[in-house]
Amino acid sequence: MDDKNKKHITSYQTYGIVLVGLLILTFISVGVTWIELGPLTVTVALLVASVKVFIVLTYFMHLKYDSLFIKLMVAGIFILFAVIIVITFLDYWFR
Amino acid sequence: MAHSNPLLEHRDDEGAKIGMWIFIFTEILLFGGLFLVYAVFRNQYSEDFHTAAFELNAFVGTLNTVILLCSSATVAMSITAVLKKDRKTAMILLGITLFLALVFMVNKYFEWSHKIHEGIYPGSELMADLERGELLFFSLYYFMTGLHALHILIGMTILTVILFKVRNGSVNDDKIVLLENGGLYWHLVDLIWIFLFPLLYLIT
Repeated sequence: MDDKNKKHITSYQTYGIVLVGLLILTFISVGVTWIELGPLTVTVALLVASVKVFIVLTYFMHLKYDSLFIKLMVAGIFILFAVIIVITFLDYWFR
Repeated sequence: MAHSNPLLEHRDDEGAKIGMWIFIFTEILLFGGLFLVYAVFRNQYSEDFHTAAFELNAFVGTLNTVILLCSSATVAMSITAVLKKDRKTAMILLGITLFLALVFMVNKYFEWSHKIHEGIYPGSELMADLERGELLFFSLYYFMTGLHALHILIGMTILTVILFKVRNGSVNDDKIVLLENGGLYWHLVDLIWIFLFPLLYLIT
C-alpha cells in the first residue's frame, strides 16, 4: 500500500531542461518559416508541433510515470483522431 | 459523520486522474473537430488561407507561445514544490502561472482589437467582401482562438482556487490530486496552443 502511494517527484531541473527544449523547438519552427520550403513548410511545422506535444504529454503531464492504463488511453485517443482525419480526407479525395 | 473520519473517507486518486483524462479526451476531440474543419477548408482554399495567414502577427503569436510554455513549466514545478512540502514556493509558482496567463490574455486583447480596428471581424462589411477562403480563415481564427481563450479563463479560475487550497493546506503533499488535475487542464490549454500557433500564424 505504501509503495502504491509513493509519488515520483520530478526535479525542478528536469522541468527547466524540458522548458528550454520546448522553447528551442518553438524558435526552430519560427525560423523554418523564413526558409522557402514550399509545401514542406506545413509538414515541418506539424512535425515540430507533434514533437512538442509529445514532450508536454510525457514530462509536464507526467505520463512517463503514470500507469500503463492511462498511457494506452491517451495513445488510443490520438490514434482515433488520426483515423478520423484519414477517413475524412479519403472521403474528400475519392468522392 | 463519515467525512470527518479519515478511515471511512472514500478516496481514489488514480480514479480521479483517469476521470480527468477522460474529460481531457472530450476536449481534444472538441478542438480536434475544429482542426478537421481547418484542414478540409485549407485543402480546398489553400491560396486564400495563404494570403489570410499573412495578416496575422507572427511575433505576437510567438510571444504567446513562449508565455504559455513557461506557465506550463511553473505549474509542473508547483507540484514538485508541494511534494517537497515547500508551500511557499508552490504558491509563488502558481502565482507566476496566473500572472503569465494574464499577460497572455492582455496580448490576445490587443491582437483582437487591432484586427477589429482594421475591420476584420465576423459580420463586418470588409469580411463580407473577402474571398471565401479568407473569410473562412478569419472565422476559424476568431472561433478557435476565442474558444482557447475561454479555456485560459477557466484554467485561471481553477488555478486560483487551487492556490488558495495550497495556502490553507487542504492541498498538500498527501492530498495533491486536485493540483495534479488542475495542472493537467493547464497543460491541455498549452497542448492546443502548440497546434494552433503554427496552423494560424506560421503556415503562410
